[in-house]
Amino acid sequence: MTGAFATAGRMRWGWFIACALVLLLLPLAYPSVGTPTLLAIWALFALSLGLMWGFAGILSFGHGAYYGLGAYVYAIAATNLGESTAPLLLSILVPAAVAAVIGALMFYGRVSDVYLGVITLVVTLILFKFMNATAGDAYRIGSARLGGFNGIPAFPILNVPGEPDLQIFGTPFYYVVIVCLLGCYLLSRWILASAFGRVLIGIRENEARAELLGYNAPAYKTAIFTISAAMAGLAGCLFANYAEIVTPSLFAMNVSAEVIIWSLVGGIGTLVGPMVGAAALGMLKLLLGMQTTVDNTLVMGGILVLVVLLVPRGLAPAVAGWRERRQQSGVLKSQAQGMRRRRRAAQSG
Amino acid sequence: MDYAAVILLEVIYMIAFLALTSAGLAVVFGMMRVINLAHGEFVMIGGYTTIACAKAGVNVWFAMLVVAPLVVGVIGLVIERLVVRFLYGRMVDTMLATWGLSLLLVGIVTLIFGNTAISIEAPIPGYQLGNFQMGGYNLFIIAITVLIVLGVWLILRYTRIGLVARGAMQNPEIASALGYNPKAIYMWTFAAGAALSGLAGGILAPLTGLLPSSGGAYIAKAFITIITGGASIITGTLSSSVIFGAVNQFVSFASGPVIGEIAMLALAIVLLRLMPQGITGRFFRNSA
Repeated sequence: MTGAFATAGRMRWGWFIACALVLLLLPLAYPSVGTPTLLAIWALFALSLGLMWGFAGILSFGHGAYYGLGAYVYAIAATNLGESTAPLLLSILVPAAVAAVIGALMFYGRVSDVYLGVITLVVTLILFKFMNATAGDAYRIGSARLGGFNGIPAFPILNVPGEPDLQIFGTPFYYVVIVCLLGCYLLSRWILASAFGRVLIGIRENEARAELLGYNAPAYKTAIFTISAAMAGLAGCLFANYAEIVTPSLFAMNVSAEVIIWSLVGGIGTLVGPMVGAAALGMLKLLLGMQTTVDNTLVMGGILVLVVLLVPRGLAPAVAGWRERRQQSGVLKSQAQGMRRRRRAAQSG
Repeated sequence: MDYAAVILLEVIYMIAFLALTSAGLAVVFGMMRVINLAHGEFVMIGGYTTIACAKAGVNVWFAMLVVAPLVVGVIGLVIERLVVRFLYGRMVDTMLATWGLSLLLVGIVTLIFGNTAISIEAPIPGYQLGNFQMGGYNLFIIAITVLIVLGVWLILRYTRIGLVARGAMQNPEIASALGYNPKAIYMWTFAAGAALSGLAGGILAPLTGLLPSSGGAYIAKAFITIITGGASIITGTLSSSVIFGAVNQFVSFASGPVIGEIAMLALAIVLLRLMPQGITGRFFRNSA
């Protein structure tokens, strides 16, 4: 964990603008934007985990909790309010608030890696069990029935702020998702470039040293946990608008496992890696869903085992390391050539 | 009076259930500090083996007590050789790889048996306790759990194998200097843990129908039981089984099974916050 992997690296604006343009112009070339929308939502979800895992070293085994919360909060609030602006904000704020409480509980309690995994996983399980058991009229929040196993169908989807009749779906919704994704990416870059982000990386590398330098490590960790949960909540809210139904399966362990696999395969310690990993493996998942011979869980499980064994930091850092070694060996080669040339020149002269 | 007896039996049964489903995971975690997230799938495969054997005409007791642990033990051995042995000392990576294995095993079982529930009848009939109909098989589970826990304790405490295993876990260099190969010991310990999980799966198979995804139901409970228990295999598992089993059943009787499970999970979070090293990290430090 040194050198190129320690920080997010330099921001390449040229690449960013090129990618943003491709994403924004995609609907012109490929008008059925349903699948790209879903992949972008998953990419945002993976970004939220990748930011926290790669740069603060906090691995949540139950990040689906905040994704599902975002979706549920949006569905409940939209059913009650009708207009979508406040529900959208709530779907970011509520998961963030929950994460702040749980994060403070864990980080001020000095809970170590593995125990952190247990607690985050258990939080998701609690929500899963609870939401599955909320069938019947007794479980309602305002006019929204939680609906147990069947979830909440048919809530108002996003609308233009202040205009409840102008609903956003199809290509405009794709643009909303892309803007959210790019915005969250830039926000993550900004966080990592700020003093706050530098301290986070310092804590990841050596928590005791960071604390001896006077930084309050639990506060920093709680903060990044909260930010990450807010992003996951936004992704969940967008997913709810995409699927137009929320069910307890959002809290299932598979969701949390998948986002870990996507981020890990893409690359831990990068921001682009998790997003690309989510889009690529998400696409694979959709393709596998179209046939019945090979099960999706089997492929995802196999990929996770292989990646942990062979490239434990994921593909992006592995590729970056390979390129760096190649460049270094290139430099060495040219130096050697230069020396040989000088020696020959000295002999002949 | 009958009602009190019923509640008491249910509480004891829940404690036994937790101890039984956690035993395999506890051996692997307590001895090797490896958290095997594929544990639930080991239990599930033990169950499938038992049911498949019973349907093929094998005696059901033989299937659950002999075939299931053997099959899962061999699977555990293979998995240790192929995956886990490369990851010793990397706790989080082990968790990730075994989580991948768990998904992989679910996929394979789905491929073989299909995504439908299979079940067999409990081989012990129910009985009448006052006005209540009770499952006779639950009593068998309580009894066999006591035997298993006692057996593991006796092996670890009083046999040569147990001594060597404990020694190798405490200090692999010394064990190796004394002529024992720590790698082989790790391998057999992992296989033994897997066999225990398979045994648990076999014993529980007649109780509920099985699905390829059934493992998920075991892993969460087993996971919190051993983590909350802490490093000591027997004392840790027993003490947290008692706490969680009692809380789960009492709250279930008061306000429904879902709230009971939620109470148990919430209690796990609180306990881990108060005792990050687990119960045996704070109390009973020198126990097995």
